[in-house]
Amino acid sequence: MITELLTNPFYQRALVTAGFIGFSNGFFSGFVVLRRNALSVSALSHTMLPGIALGIFLTGSLSQWNAFFGALFAALLVGLGSVAVARGNRVEQGTALAVLYTAAFAAGIALLPKLDTRQELEHWLFGDIIAVGNTDIWIAFGIGAFILLVTNLLMRPILLTLFEPNVAAAQGVPVRFIQYLIFTLLVMALVSSLQAVGCVLSVGLLVTPAATVSLLTDRTSALFWGGGLIGGIGSILAVLVSGKFGIAPGPAIVIVLGILFVLAYLFSPKYGLLAPKRS
Amino acid sequence: MNEAHHECCAHHGHHHELVIENVSVNYRRVLALADVSLATSCGNRVALIGPNGAGKSTLLKAIAGLVPRTAGTIRWRGTAVKKWSREFAYLPQREEVDWSFPITVRGLVEMGRYPQTGWWRAFSSADTEAVDRALEALALQDLQHRQIRELSGGQQQRTFLARALAQEAHVLLLDEPFTGLDRNASQLLGDLLAKLAHEGRLVIASHHDLNTVPNLFDEALVLATRPLAFGPVSEILTPEMIERTFSESSVQA
Repeated sequence: MITELLTNPFYQRALVTAGFIGFSNGFFSGFVVLRRNALSVSALSHTMLPGIALGIFLTGSLSQWNAFFGALFAALLVGLGSVAVARGNRVEQGTALAVLYTAAFAAGIALLPKLDTRQELEHWLFGDIIAVGNTDIWIAFGIGAFILLVTNLLMRPILLTLFEPNVAAAQGVPVRFIQYLIFTLLVMALVSSLQAVGCVLSVGLLVTPAATVSLLTDRTSALFWGGGLIGGIGSILAVLVSGKFGIAPGPAIVIVLGILFVLAYLFSPKYGLLAPKRS
Repeated sequence: MNEAHHECCAHHGHHHELVIENVSVNYRRVLALADVSLATSCGNRVALIGPNGAGKSTLLKAIAGLVPRTAGTIRWRGTAVKKWSREFAYLPQREEVDWSFPITVRGLVEMGRYPQTGWWRAFSSADTEAVDRALEALALQDLQHRQIRELSGGQQQRTFLARALAQEAHVLLLDEPFTGLDRNASQLLGDLLAKLAHEGRLVIASHHDLNTVPNLFDEALVLATRPLAFGPVSEILTPEMIERTFSESSVQA
């Protein structure tokens, strides 16, 4: 049955996309876990939906690119906006993010009745990896490669900034630039997984892999590469087995990653619940 | 290069001077620091004392280049420091640091080398040696593979000092380094700062316990947004001076 699937071009595309997105988002999840901003990711993911609605509203049609740029625009606006507002020291970034993303979401809801293509929005809410076209594969590949390239080139300043921004600035790191960059990359990673798993579940891909690794090891670099491997392999596996259980591949990816996390939580040799107690 | 700070002042008579002139800092419209001037040189330990909100942390951050100065100049070894200097190291208050960050003691000390290695260059043997020396100087070799969250307060403070040494910093800017340390750890840290100053570094630290200033520092700057007094500790911490500088603010040190 597996061989049958593998010769099906839809499944081939789905597997390739799952591998790309799983790896690049899993890699980036290392930064999310280090920065402890899983909640911001969640907020940003909800911002993509009104973005898509806006894209459709402005262009009058629902296409891959309208949705992509709408989501990217809205998430960037809200994400970078929250960083900018938080600079004033008066409002904390989490607060700023909550204000901006709920406002954006409300605007999206207000816009919905004006759209003809309302039904299809559900598709973006939960994604459909079997329906990915060649464009989606290129978006996923392009964004994934860009994220991997930039984060690896700037690994040192990024880690310095995430650990202690003041000490980083005292060492000459352009902290503000790095903070905006991290948010930009985060938004790009979210948008790249939109077609595959949808707005809501994209959070799982950007948090769970490195969270799982953090239960297994203390090595910082393992958070990234291990997160990438868990994300990539887990996603491919999930797409392969999803048909067998008759569930959609998108949710299957996040379920598999969730199961891996629970296994690590229970059985991690070092920090697992069932690990031999250290004296 | 590595030997440079050992040849610095204390043993050789020539002094590397830090000159701060008329430095002011505003946070938005709030005046945080007004018209601070002081001149000191390496080999000294300078305490910044004054009531809460007096601008002690702000002055440290201004020297480190973390907050923009609205006025004034800072010169180190005769050259104006525009924004930041590789020879300055800033050590944050312990509670500002995310100690659960997954990094080992050695990894944190290695971060001190990044200004030397830049963003990409791999560690050379000279970098590794600098890290080894820094760990040794602060007696951290046995702890180097520990996670930083497993450290005691004194060990955390020493790890950041080691990071500053790995950076080959000459000026150490410490924000309340003794806060929350027990007696032994304070004693050890005090001895270490004395040793670092003796080797020719300049130590500047905010400090809130007036009683321990004479043992721990050579010079003191009394701040209450404006500079009230600066000089050798023995001259500054006279009963009359304490009375004068702390009376108006009605806040204990």
